[in-house]
Amino acid sequence: MKIAFTTKGTEWDSMMDPRFGRTEYLLVYDEDKNELIHFDNRTIENEAHGAGPKTAQKLFELNAGVLITGNGPGGNAATVLEQAGIKIYVGAGLMTVKEAFEAFKNNELKKFLS
Amino acid sequence: MKIAIASGKGGTGKTTLSTNLAVYLSQKYKVVLIDMDVEEPNSGLFIKAELFKEENKFKMIPEWIKDECTLCGICQEVCNFNAIIQLGTKIMVFPELCHGCYACSELCPTSALPMIPKKMGKLRHYENNNLSFVESRLDIGQEQATQLINQTNKYVDEYFPGEIIKIYDAPPGTSCPVMEVTKDTDYVILVTEPTPFGLHDLKLAVETMKELKKNYGVVINRYGIGNDEVQNYCKEENIPVLAKIPNDRQIAELYSSGELIYQKVPEVEQQLENIGNYILK
Repeated sequence: MKIAFTTKGTEWDSMMDPRFGRTEYLLVYDEDKNELIHFDNRTIENEAHGAGPKTAQKLFELNAGVLITGNGPGGNAATVLEQAGIKIYVGAGLMTVKEAFEAFKNNELKKFLS
Repeated sequence: MKIAIASGKGGTGKTTLSTNLAVYLSQKYKVVLIDMDVEEPNSGLFIKAELFKEENKFKMIPEWIKDECTLCGICQEVCNFNAIIQLGTKIMVFPELCHGCYACSELCPTSALPMIPKKMGKLRHYENNNLSFVESRLDIGQEQATQLINQTNKYVDEYFPGEIIKIYDAPPGTSCPVMEVTKDTDYVILVTEPTPFGLHDLKLAVETMKELKKNYGVVINRYGIGNDEVQNYCKEENIPVLAKIPNDRQIAELYSSGELIYQKVPEVEQQLENIGNYILK
C-alpha cells in the first residue's frame, strides 16, 4: 500500500505540513517497495481557488491508499478523496514524517470522517 | 448619480452611513438604497418600507453528462478555479468554486457540460414613497457574491434608469465583490475610523479606488477615538474628508435598537448635509 504525507520537506525527518490543500510537499511511502518518493506541491501558491480539490487529485494520481495529515481536508477536497477511496488520518501536523508514520502504525492517529 | 459606500475595514459604519444618508436625502429627492453586502445584508433592519417585489436569482453551473464525455480533460485544464476535477473516468463539478465563466462548457468538444441554473439567492425590492430599497441575499452555503451583485446591478439599472440618486452599501474589504459594487459608480465614500487598524485598511481601499480610477472621499466615523493619523494621511494624499461623525454613546444605542440616527442627533444631520452638498454639487 502507498501511504501519503503532507510535509514541509522531502525526508523522513522533515516536519509534517498541517495543511492539506496548500501543503508544500506530498511524500509517498510505498510499503511494498520500501521506497519514499516526493511531489513538490509549492506551485499551489498560484492557485487562488480550489487548492484542496487540486491536491486531492494529485494524491489520486500518485495512487495513495492512505493520507496522513494535520488539520484535515476541507469539504471539497474531502469529496474528491472519498471518491478516490483514500483513507484519511489527521492530527499529525506537529510531528516529523517518521513520528507520524509510527503514530499511524500504532493506531494513535484519528480517522477523519467528512 | 451612483454613490458607493465602502470601507476597507469592516464595522466602520458603512450601513449606518448608507441608511441614514439614503433616508435623509429621500426627504428632498427620489433615492434608491441598494444593500450589496449580499453575504450579510443588514441595511433592511433600519429601513421601513413595504415589500414590492421579490425574485430568486440563479447562477449558471456546468452539469456533467457522462454518456457524452470522452474524458479528454480540456474542461479541467481551462478551469481557472479548480471547480472541475477529473478523477479517472469521472468528472467532478464543485458548484461553490464555479465562477460561471462558461469556459468548460463552451470548449467541451462533445457538449458534455451544459450550463444549468442553480439558485444562489434572492433579491427583494421595497418601496416607501421617495425611498426605494433593494437588497440581495445569498443562500446559506453559497460562496460567490460577485455574480449576485452583478445581477442586482442589472436589476437596479433596468428598474431605476436615469439620474435618480442610488446609494450602494458595499461589503467590507477590497476583494472582487467590492470592485463589482464600485466599478460603475460615480463616487465612492470610504468610511473609516481614526485608529491604526482603520488607517491600515483605508490605505488598501484607497489603492483599490486609484486602480479603478474612481472619485472618492473619506468619512471618519467614531471621531474622537484613536489618533490623528487618518486625518494626516488624507491631508498628505489630498483626499477630501467629507464628514466626521462623533464617537457618541447615544449613536451606538440608536444603532443597536435599529433606529436611524440623524433624526435624534442634530450633529449627524449636519454631517449628512455636508456629504449631500459635496457629492451632489
